[in-house]
Amino acid sequence: MSTASVISRPMSADPLARALAVIETVADPELPFLTIGEMGILRDVRLAGDALEVVITPTYSGCPAMDIIAVDITTALAKTGFGSVRVTRALSPAWTTDWLSPAARDKLRANGIAPPERPQGKRALFAATEVACPTCSSRSTERVSEFGSTPCKAHYRCLACRESFQYFKCI
Amino acid sequence: MANAPSSPHYRYLLRLADNALVLGHRLTEWSSRTPTLEEDIALSNIALDLMGQARLLYSHAFTIGGDGRDEDHLAFLRDTHEFLNVQLVELPNGDFAASMARQLCYSAFAVPLWEALARSKDSELAGIAGKAGKECAYHLRHSSEWVIRLGDGTAESHRRMQGAIDEIWMFTGEMFEADDTDCAMIAAGIATDASKLLPIWSKTVDDTLAEATLKRPADGWMISGGRQGTHSEHLGHMLAQMQFLQRAYPGAIW
Repeated sequence: MSTASVISRPMSADPLARALAVIETVADPELPFLTIGEMGILRDVRLAGDALEVVITPTYSGCPAMDIIAVDITTALAKTGFGSVRVTRALSPAWTTDWLSPAARDKLRANGIAPPERPQGKRALFAATEVACPTCSSRSTERVSEFGSTPCKAHYRCLACRESFQYFKCI
Repeated sequence: MANAPSSPHYRYLLRLADNALVLGHRLTEWSSRTPTLEEDIALSNIALDLMGQARLLYSHAFTIGGDGRDEDHLAFLRDTHEFLNVQLVELPNGDFAASMARQLCYSAFAVPLWEALARSKDSELAGIAGKAGKECAYHLRHSSEWVIRLGDGTAESHRRMQGAIDEIWMFTGEMFEADDTDCAMIAAGIATDASKLLPIWSKTVDDTLAEATLKRPADGWMISGGRQGTHSEHLGHMLAQMQFLQRAYPGAIW
């Protein structure tokens, strides 16, 4: 599922479309080459009375980037004339790496981060995941640690080119 | 429906939240002290997940109508007897084997618990559970890998890992208890019957111990009372450190 299909784009409400265009370009503070639209963090934009309500969803429960993203959204909207903005969080449905757009996956790879591999069913978490090296594309890689520099990434090493790299965990 | 501070719903949420907060804080005590840098990052990540779960649960408890204590108040200004976590999670870190035994026992319980609570009639709780379950599945894999590596490792690591499992065993029974609070919530379709999770937990733990060449201790007398506010002396010491700043400088923010 791509993010485009998740967010409804009302045809008549011009301010809403304008706001959406602004919000979609807000960058993820920990993956600055990706927007919150591409990440699937942005869930909805709607008018609630005079205020604009922006709904976002966390990637992980304790993700510290959420507060910064909320501030960045409010700031970006203020710059384009939206004063009254409320950022709310929706937990359900839970964020999944399936919401990363194809463009986002390409950008991850281009920035040295292996994109998540598709899960093979529910128990796939306990099976070994084959991850391709984002530098040389070899599939001969090994996991160094399940936990990386941010909650959403794991630490891997390529056995072919010896480069260590980050893997965006499937969740 | 108005919920008094002592309503079963409120208490049930606090129990879940306190488990996550107390275990999460224990894991932060490992920061800069783990055997390797990768492990330091791993335990900090797991702690962050647990803190995030606790925060969501406290916020939800606040929203359904407690007595006006927000998430910060609930975490930093309650005393020992008001915490409703199982005693398992408040146990001191000990050596690395003890911490991994504690983490395995909790995670093997948390995974099926959140999976069941994702179907709770409390839709906010179901949403939190949906996220938490995915996170705890990673935590379970992490701790089971360590238990296997240490159990099936050197004579010394095997001895320590077996000792840690033996020590912690009497703290595992409490997770599967059901008192009046739980029964009321199970009847309302909000909670899940934890006793039904015991076979799943047992299988996960047994499989891990078998692969780790470790022995499952005999089930004997089990510690109880944490979920009603009775705790070991360890929790008080932990809270003294965790809550110091808010106690010394009330309302401090940064």
